[in-house]
Amino acid sequence: MSAVEMAHGHADPHHLHPVEHEGPAPKRIVTGFGFWIFLLSDIVMFSCFFATYAVLAGQTNGGPSGAQLFDLKNVAIETALLLLSSFTCGMASIAADLRNFLWFQVSMAVTAVLGAGFLVLEAIEFIDLVERGAGPSRSAFLSSFFSLVGCHGLHVTAGILWLLTMMAQVVAKGFRADIQRRILCFALFWHALDIIWVAVFSVVYLLGSAA
Amino acid sequence: MSEQVHGRQAHEIDVAPGEEEHGSLGSRVLGYSLGLALAILLTATSFFIAGTDLVWQPSIPVAIVVLAIAQMGVHIVFFLHITTGPDNTNNVLALAFGLLIVFLVVGGSIWIMDHLNHNMMPMDQLMQMQR
Repeated sequence: MSAVEMAHGHADPHHLHPVEHEGPAPKRIVTGFGFWIFLLSDIVMFSCFFATYAVLAGQTNGGPSGAQLFDLKNVAIETALLLLSSFTCGMASIAADLRNFLWFQVSMAVTAVLGAGFLVLEAIEFIDLVERGAGPSRSAFLSSFFSLVGCHGLHVTAGILWLLTMMAQVVAKGFRADIQRRILCFALFWHALDIIWVAVFSVVYLLGSAA
Repeated sequence: MSEQVHGRQAHEIDVAPGEEEHGSLGSRVLGYSLGLALAILLTATSFFIAGTDLVWQPSIPVAIVVLAIAQMGVHIVFFLHITTGPDNTNNVLALAFGLLIVFLVVGGSIWIMDHLNHNMMPMDQLMQMQR
């Protein structure tokens, strides 16, 4: 085993023999890790909204409860759209790694359309609830419901704006190293939103309808 | 051995979160497809369980929570590529810390507020006393 191999850690996966002059990690790893920390703090913020919702879910103040309001068919379609968009986002990551311009743009465009479809369904649901007199000011339950689900919806909106920015930047600047890092961070963000949606549809909609 | 070692770029000791071990195009697409299939299966089971009379009713909330946690695991492994490999230690430790905080915030809030609700006088009696 040569000293070079030792230095690169492959022959020594547990780093039992640390080598001096290893140097800082490549920028792609540092950027990705930093963004991962941000995502985890974002998830911690969401956990506060979830805790609020869990505590207030029964406080309907004589108003409608979740079981009376939620339309599970609508939620199932929303879930399918977001899940498929996560898959196409993965395809876009692969295309970006392979520097395939056409597949990258097609996958990102499909991701954007699926995300926009999700937002439209959510907006229709919110408008319908407000029109039925079940707006955020009706009860503590509905306040926490609109905060939690609306916060996720705002994240998806921001994600779509970011997605369109990345499509434009790849057109304007190509697959440069800094653009690749942004694509990596965007993919992390989009997949994390899908994970939060899993918690939303399980805790809010399914448990709310079952109870 | 040395062929394998030099297959990857020399400076890649860690991997960024979301970054896959460099596989072929086919194996990477297959990974995402497998993740998607598992996620659809778990989601469909969740929605089915929520609306069915076939299972013992008190078990439904527990089943929904377990299925949700399983699906989050599927997303983390197949979409975010957070694995237990030695080059992923930093990402896993950050995730573990995040989960600890999430557990404390959600679990702690539910626990405390539940006890508070049990131990507090009903609101109408409280109003009476303040008159």
